Amino acid sequence: MAKLILLCLKFIILSSAVEAVFEDQVGKFDWRQEYVGKVRFSHFDTHVQSSKKVLLATENNVFAALNTRTGELFWRHVDKTGPEGNIDALLQHGQDVVLVVGNGRLLRSWEINVGGLNWEIVLDSGSFQSACLVGQQDNVKHVAVLKKTVISFHYLSNGHQKWIENLPESETVDYQSVYSDGNGEVYALGIVPHSHIAIVAYSVEDGEIIKQVTMIHSSSIKYAVCVVISQGMLTCVDPLTVSLYMLDLHTESQMTQIPLQAMLVSFATTGEKTVAAVMSPKNKTASSLNLFSAETGRRLLDTTLIFNMDPYGGKPEKLHVQAFLKKDDSVGYRVMVQTEDHTLTFIQQPGRVMWTREEALSDVVTMEMVDLPLTGTQAELEGEFGKKADGLMSMVLKRLSSQLILLQAWIAHLWKLFYDARKPRSQVKNEVTIENLSRDEFNLQKMMVMVTASGKLFGIDSKTGSILWRHYLDNIPSNAAFKLMVQRTTAHFPHPPQCTLLIKDKDTGLATLHVFNPIFGKKSHVSPPALPQPILQSLMLPLMDQDYAKVLLLVDDQYKVSAFPSTKNVLQQLQEMASSIFFYLVDSTQGRLSGYRLRTDLSTELIWEVVIPAEVQKIVSVKGKRPNEHVHSQGRVMGDRSVLYKYLNPNLLAVVTESTDLHQERSFVGILLIDGVTGRIIHEAVQRKARGPVHVVHSENWVVYEYWSTKSRRNEFSVIELYEGMELYNSTVFSSLDRPHAPQVLQQSYIFPSYISTLEATLTEKGITSRHLLIGLPSGGILSLPKMFLDPRRPEIVSEQSREENLIPYAPELLIRTEWFINYNQTVSRVRGIYTAPSGLESTCLVVAYGLDIYQTRVYPSKQFDVLKDDYDYMLISSVLFALFFATMISKRLAEVKLLNRAWR
Amino acid sequence: VKMARLLQFKIAVVSTVLFVVCTNLVCCNNGRRVGDAMDTEFSGFSVPLEHSFEVDDVAKFKVRGALVLKAGREHSVSLTQNQLSEEDRAKLKEVAAVDGLYRIRVPRVFLQADRQTERQMDGYLTAFVRACAMVESHLSDVIALYSDVSGYLIGVSIVTLPGACRGTEVEDEVDLEVFNTTLSIMAPVNAPGPETALFLERMEQETEKKGKNPQEQKSFFAKYWYLILGGAIFLMATNSAQPPAGGEGEQS
Repeated sequence: MAKLILLCLKFIILSSAVEAVFEDQVGKFDWRQEYVGKVRFSHFDTHVQSSKKVLLATENNVFAALNTRTGELFWRHVDKTGPEGNIDALLQHGQDVVLVVGNGRLLRSWEINVGGLNWEIVLDSGSFQSACLVGQQDNVKHVAVLKKTVISFHYLSNGHQKWIENLPESETVDYQSVYSDGNGEVYALGIVPHSHIAIVAYSVEDGEIIKQVTMIHSSSIKYAVCVVISQGMLTCVDPLTVSLYMLDLHTESQMTQIPLQAMLVSFATTGEKTVAAVMSPKNKTASSLNLFSAETGRRLLDTTLIFNMDPYGGKPEKLHVQAFLKKDDSVGYRVMVQTEDHTLTFIQQPGRVMWTREEALSDVVTMEMVDLPLTGTQAELEGEFGKKADGLMSMVLKRLSSQLILLQAWIAHLWKLFYDARKPRSQVKNEVTIENLSRDEFNLQKMMVMVTASGKLFGIDSKTGSILWRHYLDNIPSNAAFKLMVQRTTAHFPHPPQCTLLIKDKDTGLATLHVFNPIFGKKSHVSPPALPQPILQSLMLPLMDQDYAKVLLLVDDQYKVSAFPSTKNVLQQLQEMASSIFFYLVDSTQGRLSGYRLRTDLSTELIWEVVIPAEVQKIVSVKGKRPNEHVHSQGRVMGDRSVLYKYLNPNLLAVVTESTDLHQERSFVGILLIDGVTGRIIHEAVQRKARGPVHVVHSENWVVYEYWSTKSRRNEFSVIELYEGMELYNSTVFSSLDRPHAPQVLQQSYIFPSYISTLEATLTEKGITSRHLLIGLPSGGILSLPKMFLDPRRPEIVSEQSREENLIPYAPELLIRTEWFINYNQTVSRVRGIYTAPSGLESTCLVVAYGLDIYQTRVYPSKQFDVLKDDYDYMLISSVLFALFFATMISKRLAEVKLLNRAWR
Repeated sequence: VKMARLLQFKIAVVSTVLFVVCTNLVCCNNGRRVGDAMDTEFSGFSVPLEHSFEVDDVAKFKVRGALVLKAGREHSVSLTQNQLSEEDRAKLKEVAAVDGLYRIRVPRVFLQADRQTERQMDGYLTAFVRACAMVESHLSDVIALYSDVSGYLIGVSIVTLPGACRGTEVEDEVDLEVFNTTLSIMAPVNAPGPETALFLERMEQETEKKGKNPQEQKSFFAKYWYLILGGAIFLMATNSAQPPAGGEGEQS
């Protein structure tokens, strides 16, 4: 086995060179942003006066510490996704934080300075309700965990259980919270809906029930926020009646009601005082915050704070208050406001924003990269060529005026250079703002338009990662599916670029369109059509209207087609083209794939149908090719100098199915290659004893998929390549309607030593550069695997011809080499998607990986063959050039003299 | 180790045996009546193959022939079909002139079922080809039926040979009388897994080859002792002949 691996290694080392980053290139072309997600719990670290930490536990099962001065992460722990890693409670005492994780399954203690784990114990099963620390101010030794039917008591130092007791009448009483004042008693508070409050007091020492109290409460409300403040006062906020209820647990008196005028309330304790911060709307764009004493309900003086709402953001949703005692013993505070769009804004007292964090970016759904616009001068030049010629004189004038503008811009540039040179270097800032955005020489800097699950759109500069615009779309359904399309690129000056976001409710199928400018984020003045019918399919046509916007076709559930934009020009073009516009629909519940053709009256007709019985296998994914993909070479040159032509069908669909039978002997993964126009099944293969999740990449003439082999219990990659054969059927144009011969299909499989999270292929401008597969691994690495290793023509026995063709001999295992990680040590947590975009340089492909984090970098699959190296020696080459030039001059002169002398002789 | 390798080899052999494309090409004889097929020696069952070609492109399917399907380890299929009537020929030419479609359909069936009632399922599988291609190829078409792993028919396809529409006029009516159909039924192929057994075998052969060649077996020193010795002697000779240059520097 060792020899096998050694041989593999040898082959690999021989076949490809190293392509990792150098140390001085770190962070030069790439950046990473780390996020935590929507905040569920927060706790300001107050045990040291100078501490500047806030601890956060989020809906994404992340536990993190932020710097309250800058908003940066100190450390972060990413737990399992789903209910297993769900954080139920967060309690802090001094240096330690206790977390309850996984619906009361685990109890963990963390050290907050470095974020290390102190201990972890497994709790008994049961639905978690509440937890609290037990002890006096600085002398907390225990933690109490309340579940649906039991209450348990643990030591804070090591997590060991001290005692566990059943709760009385747990069938009827809904125990909600647990509280202790540190005097040897623990109270469990329960509510019987519409009846009374039940309080059970336990002894701290042995868990004996000391007393049981029931209290009738006046109204039949279910409390939203209830806390027990230091002197045993139960304080509850009722959002329906907008009032504060107070109850003394020791005296068991009636509840007192204090009406409030508020929107949001949060409690905080500092020293002996507990305060409630109350946010109330002031006007449309601003809210005011005030502090109330929790004991008395009175408003504290000089505590007003104004929060200005972002016009492109959401409404405030939650407050996290950091209260502290000032020198004069009055209470001061800072507040972290959480809005509907998952933004965190940290505000100091007069209303100064210290930092904001866009946590919506932890859940990016889809993205596009859009070219930046040309600068004014470049656009002026471009515009000159775009306009129609109208007379010699006006053309000359136009040329002169544009030359003048260029000259002006050049002088302004020179002046700026001169001006900047006099300033000290530290003051010169090259900050990217929305005003000075322009395309660079090689189109390497682009605008990343990101759509997040919360409905917030972002425009991010791909070079620096700074957010240039944001736009929150309210009333997005919670189960929305998004599709982002670029209708008009920046190439059509003076028409602004245009993006369209299709937002579809997954349950009802109803959709809305949001049309916007991807560079500035502004909503377009073009009004999208109202879509009263559920939408089945959308497709972007290469047709353009007179304003250079591509036509978007939307198919509704009546199989009627509507176009956007739907001008007369577009409708006319559609009528002409109708008989050559085909589209397909997939109904995965019934396993039905059907093809339609457009008619001139924008209705459709069914032309083909393929039905995969849903009781045997279900369709899990349908992948077409990317429309902006270019293939440079039509075929591959073989060892004997003949050409094997690729089958490059742009309408080919890769349909992946999984068996409904999940037994490991009978389960299978099916791969169907179907022509999307004619419905012809080009290839049908079954991977037996295999199971999903299947990841697929479909490009050029190949399909790569990855699956789990249940027989060998490992991940495997398989590659299918399609070839037309030694001669092309019709080399000028490809038509699905006229390709009678089925292509040759080659397939090979490999073992891959890791699970994968996502799969994508690199993409370049002209398709000359060789392709790599970008594989997102669960470990946070992004692997760039050369497609050369996934080639079904890799020979099992090496021959002269295969060597001539540079084919790597077949080895069943694909190895993971550390130099192939494009993100070196920049771990991308929970990577969900990888987006690739071509740049202006053929060698370079821009890559964005998104998940919990966002990582942007460039890859060079065939190395930078079109770029000079950074350390290229210009001096040497120019001096050699000059030296040669002078040498020829001198030798020419000498030769002339010699000739002359000879002539005289 | 030997046992394990043997086992793997056996598995490889089995999988290569399994890797047989279940394709069966049947060229059918034409011109027979549909009814004849039902009572022949085929133990399979018959389903109608229908076609439609209309000037207004609204599908009206009529029987073109009968497919006789036979299930088994390798499915087989044969077709008996009618000639095109005079009327149909004229219509087909008309449809071809307006670039209409020629569609075919077969009912969804389950090949492995024993009883007729279990075989039939509701719905059809449809495919199309341009009517002009049908005319210009003189009704020579290639029809393929596709089944899935468990024996359900999942799709049908039709192409003509040649496939292009060049606008050549078909003069002779006789050319459009008889279908010249190539028919096949395809089951999915088994995708190959990683070929570990063969790879290991090859590795073993290579090591054996190395073992036979005694030159390879020798260690580094055994192979190049004379070079190393020569180098060492040369070094010693140059050292002793020349006093070290650094020494002088130290003395002064």
